[in-house]
Amino acid sequence: MEIRSNEFKERSVFAIHDANLQTALGRARYGFVGKRALQVAELPEFEQLREEAKNLKNHVLDHLDHYLERYEQAVTAAGGRVHWARDAAEAREIILGICKRVGARTVTKGKSMVSEEIDLNDALIEHGMEVVETDLGEYIIQLAHEPPSHIIAPAVHKTKDQVSDLFEAAHGGPRKTQIPELVDEARRVLRDKYFRADVGITGGNFLVAETGSSIIVTNEGNGDLTQTLAKVHIVTSGIERVVPTLDDATLFLRLLARSATGQETETYTTISTGPRRADDLDGPEEYHVVLVDNGRSKMLAGRFRDMLRCIRCGACMNHCPVYGAVGGHAYGWVYPGPMGSVLTPLIKGLDAAYDLPNACTLNGRCQSVCPVKIPLPELLRELRHLQHQQNITPVMQKRALGVWRWVATRPKLYHALEQIAARALSGIARRGRIRRLPFAGGWTDSRDLPAPTGRTFLELWQGKRGQQ
Amino acid sequence: MTPSPTAGPRVGLFATCLMNLFRPNVGFSAVKLLEDAGCSVEVPASQTCCGQPGYNSGDYDAARALARQVIEAFEHFDYVVGPSGSCMATIRHDYPALFAGDAQWLPRAEALSRKSFELLSFLADVRGAAVTVDARYAGTATYHDSCSGLRGLGIKGQPRALLGEVDGLKVKEMEDSEVCCGFGGTFCVKYPEISEKMVDDKVRNILATGADTLLGGDLGCLMNIAGRLKRINAPVKVYHAAEVLAGFADGPGLADAPKESR
Repeated sequence: MEIRSNEFKERSVFAIHDANLQTALGRARYGFVGKRALQVAELPEFEQLREEAKNLKNHVLDHLDHYLERYEQAVTAAGGRVHWARDAAEAREIILGICKRVGARTVTKGKSMVSEEIDLNDALIEHGMEVVETDLGEYIIQLAHEPPSHIIAPAVHKTKDQVSDLFEAAHGGPRKTQIPELVDEARRVLRDKYFRADVGITGGNFLVAETGSSIIVTNEGNGDLTQTLAKVHIVTSGIERVVPTLDDATLFLRLLARSATGQETETYTTISTGPRRADDLDGPEEYHVVLVDNGRSKMLAGRFRDMLRCIRCGACMNHCPVYGAVGGHAYGWVYPGPMGSVLTPLIKGLDAAYDLPNACTLNGRCQSVCPVKIPLPELLRELRHLQHQQNITPVMQKRALGVWRWVATRPKLYHALEQIAARALSGIARRGRIRRLPFAGGWTDSRDLPAPTGRTFLELWQGKRGQQ
Repeated sequence: MTPSPTAGPRVGLFATCLMNLFRPNVGFSAVKLLEDAGCSVEVPASQTCCGQPGYNSGDYDAARALARQVIEAFEHFDYVVGPSGSCMATIRHDYPALFAGDAQWLPRAEALSRKSFELLSFLADVRGAAVTVDARYAGTATYHDSCSGLRGLGIKGQPRALLGEVDGLKVKEMEDSEVCCGFGGTFCVKYPEISEKMVDDKVRNILATGADTLLGGDLGCLMNIAGRLKRINAPVKVYHAAEVLAGFADGPGLADAPKESR
């Protein structure tokens, strides 16, 4: 998908005025946040689990080469195959290669954010394959020809009415209006696709080094049908998703469900290890894992390593007031919200997403709910620092900062200017406030400016106490 | 400067930019509260800004220049106290980070960090035994938890405990009191539409409580919320919590008309 993150400002304003979007966002936000809070309250050791998860992830990242090699050995021993993709193009080539070799005509997909990241669907469709998203949310946005707006609830921006319209247009009438009817209709359409699929592609929530297993969690069971009914199962995953043992995976599973959807556990947790064995009742004939780097090893080497702890739960965006105001599409690429505002510039380039690290109040709510304690505000500020160093920050802003620094490091001048400002602003104030101020429309277009009283504190203090 | 005649600690008051320019009454409230709590208070004239605008804009050099100035102005005090969770979190958390690896300035930044406190939490946590609140306020207030104070410094119960001792004051909690109001420093003018949406959500939650007063511990947030409340002509008075605690909330609230002069 073409990156449009530099249109963030326009897209966010558009989003704020989109009534359907605002209805959908309002409902979703409170659902996720409330359910998570209930789950956390019922698990006294939740904070301890976060700390353990952070430490375990850090350990894995410190020894990522070791665990990835162990993982590859275990996958191979189980009869599967690991492919290494340096970037999105290599990942697409590898997957296309497998699909073409087996003569794939229909490809089903469980939800995979990495496949969005590498633009997989378009590549497969260009080569004549039918691609069917089987996660209900992904299916809805596929019908709408839209990218996901949330990493675990891709169609969270859609209202029920909009889904009814999409289904009617795609499946024919009569138009369904009740959620169970809509779900039944999707299930009926998708059921046929599962059986026709040559290749099933899923993501991988966790990769287990000890056993060579990939783990996915879903609430719809669509991932299981995608990976067991097709002849070939391809797992797409970032290289950072490996954990040492199955035991370790359970730690993350406990955190993931609670943080993501506010469930104790998702409805389906599926562990796949290699292709179908001789005595298995079902399963794919081939099992492939495509491990995607796409900027991750660069993150590993630098100051953004903490970001690689991310388990893609979406809690940061659910709790982000900016995401809550504008939704995911405003961010202009695959990953929205706080985690996306860190990942997008790191994967696509600092200058491809100037606004993302800046469109944040650094309020810290994301970090406070992150199950692996990623210091998201710090990372966003660090990106601003890089923008500043690399002159991506707008010239006017840099100049303003330069002037501010020059004045603020001269206390007498600074205080004199504050005294002038206090007088000037109180002079133009009416009834204690200023309704419009030249060059300050960013403030006064929507807010009054409380007026100063005419004297600064330091001035009054010195008058009162003298120079002590 | 002469040594304090009292046995209490010497406190340097950090006069935040917004307080100094927009709301001197908060400064005088802070001085009164600190003195009532047995501290002697001085206000160094060589201070300006904590440097956070530079830090949050990615200009770490500018932030360091300001940080050095603050360190030099305040390091000889027993404590540095300011009526803002945001500025004080910068001094406490960000100064040591800014001087990481700097053999000269890191120890000084860390020493200052350890004795720097936001006003309300200083009163409750450090001077708790010496604090008696002696104030009256007739009204029902709701309290906005400013993000830097809440998540950066763990300020949540302290202002409520102190306000609980104010005669006549009822505190009624709003929904989402811990959600950002949309101020965010320069964020509010760089992304005004998003900021407006956020402050509207905040205002809705405030109005839903039926409270006649909004209190908080950070002037940035309070000016943002007060500005929006006044723009929509909502009859809610806005004060820094220190003004109420000091008994200095008898004048007009933020963005309210001055009382008719006699």
